[in-house]
Order: sequence, then structure tokens, then C-alpha cells
Amino acid sequence: MFGEMELLTVLGGTAFAGLFPRGISQYAIGGILIGLGVSTIYLGTAITPGASTFFESTLSYVSRIPRFNRAKYLVSRDWRIVFTLSMVAGAAVYALTLGGGGWTTDVQAWRLLVGGVLVGVGTRLGKGCTSGHGINGIASLSGTSFANVATFMLTAIGAALSMQALGVSP
Amino acid sequence: MSSDSRSPLFMPTIVLGGALFGFGLAHSGMARPEIVLDFLQLQDLGLVFVMGGAAAVTGTVIALATRYLDRAPLTNERYGKREKTFDRSVLIGGVVFGVGWGISGLCPGSAYASLGVGNFPILIGLAGMFLGAYAQGYWRSYRESTSGTATPSD
Repeated sequence: MFGEMELLTVLGGTAFAGLFPRGISQYAIGGILIGLGVSTIYLGTAITPGASTFFESTLSYVSRIPRFNRAKYLVSRDWRIVFTLSMVAGAAVYALTLGGGGWTTDVQAWRLLVGGVLVGVGTRLGKGCTSGHGINGIASLSGTSFANVATFMLTAIGAALSMQALGVSP
Repeated sequence: MSSDSRSPLFMPTIVLGGALFGFGLAHSGMARPEIVLDFLQLQDLGLVFVMGGAAAVTGTVIALATRYLDRAPLTNERYGKREKTFDRSVLIGGVVFGVGWGISGLCPGSAYASLGVGNFPILIGLAGMFLGAYAQGYWRSYRESTSGTATPSD
């Protein structure tokens, strides 16, 4: 005899597995590690590090355009390069330890290029990305960041579903 | 913050934090565009736990530090929150970024991490990001120099 509670548990479990076909542990552990990385820098330096300012601050080395040569980029461009290279290195350590030697993507090159250009424009225009707004901004309970994250999340879901509907894969 | 007020431990701390960040991104699946696209196509909502977990840890630390601590040991800067001013470009930028993220499955941090796991096609995406960042900087500087009105800066 199947009790009501047991039925609900099974139904709930099935729905949960449907929403999370790969489980949740690697996602939650990864998220906590990301948070610990950001927190390490914040506790040491009071900096809330975002990933996308790196583009503009690094362009200041090669371009005289005033936008890239603002004081706040000139004082942060050195550590932003170190920060970015450290992220590359941390991911390489993962690939060589738990990550089975790494992987490459099958997503088509034009998607990476076109998407990349829009990411470059959009994150700079919108004052941040998934780490600046999505982690530091949300963690600061910033209204600006909530607005930006809601906007890019909904737009990205719309764009990805549109690509899928158009039969673009991968 | 001028660089001479930095402690010698400043850069090692950036390295440690960045490496943890990159390791976490790789472990979480964010560095696989396919998994990000599965999330955006609502087939695997696991990335909610990535952003949620990271924001929960960071949010706790920021809340405690701004309340109980005064200045950061390595820069002597006051602990504060990340609060950017809101204007139209926050929404326009969010839309443009969202379309790009939805097309490619790439965001800046995940692209750096993806490069680290040996995902070399990501170089195409990173080149695109630099191009896009350059284009918007060129355009905004040009507009400021011609119209005389300041573009909202972040």
C-alpha cells in the first residue's frame, strides 16, 4: 500500500531529478569554492573582484582611448591580470586533478565569437558580469545588481531557447 | 588605492583567491558552455546552486566584515559593499550581455576557467570579448569627445 506521504516523496523526488539531471553536489561545492575565492580577496583587500573589468583595464596597456585609461583602471590593471591568470591556473589544477585531464567544447565557433563580442559590450555597458553583479552585487544586496542579473538571466534564457528552437546545436 | 600602500601579501592573496575561484568554476560546470546552455534552456537548473552558493558565502562574509571589521589588512581600505549607481545602461548592458551569454554559454569568468582546463576554442570567445570591450570603449570615448556630455561611468 502506497501511503500519501510516500507518493508525494516519490513525485517530489522525480520532479527534483528532472530539474537536476546531474544532481546538485558539484554545483553547490563549486559555488561555495567560488565564494571562498572571492571572500579571500575581499577579506584581505576589501576589493569585490569582478571578472570583466579585466578587459578594459588590460586594454589600457595598448590603447590611449581615455575610457580605458581612467585612474581606477590604471591602479587595478596589474592585479586584474594576476587575478585572471590565477583563475586560469586554478581551473588547470582542477583539470589535472579531479577533472579527468580537461575538455574542449563542441559549441560552434561563430557562437563563441558573436556571443563573446556581445558579452564584451554588454558587461562593460552594464557595469559588471556574472561575478561582479551576480556574486559580489547580489552578496551586497545591491538593487542595481538585482536589476542587472534579472535582465541578463531572462534575456539569456530567451536567447538560448531561441537558438534551440532554430535548431542550432551545439 | 595606490600600489605603494599594498602589503607584500597583496598579490599572493589575489593569486590564492583567483585560483580558488577558477577551481570552483571548473568544478561547478560553469566552464563547460554545454552545461551553461543546458541551464539556459531550462534542462538542468544546477547553476542556480553555483551562483546561489557563491553569493551566500560572499554575502555572509561581506555582512560580517562591514559590521564587525574596520579596514582590510593588506590595503588599509575600509570594508564596503559593491553598489553601482543605477541608470539605463545597467539594463541595456544586461540585455546585450544576456543575448551574448545565451548564444555562446560563455561569461568572462567561466571563459578564463575554461581556458585553464585546456578548452582552447574558448580563445575565440575571449577574442570576441576583447573586441566587444574595445568597441564600447571606443564608442563611448568618441561620444564624450563629440557631445561634451559625460557618459555614465561605472
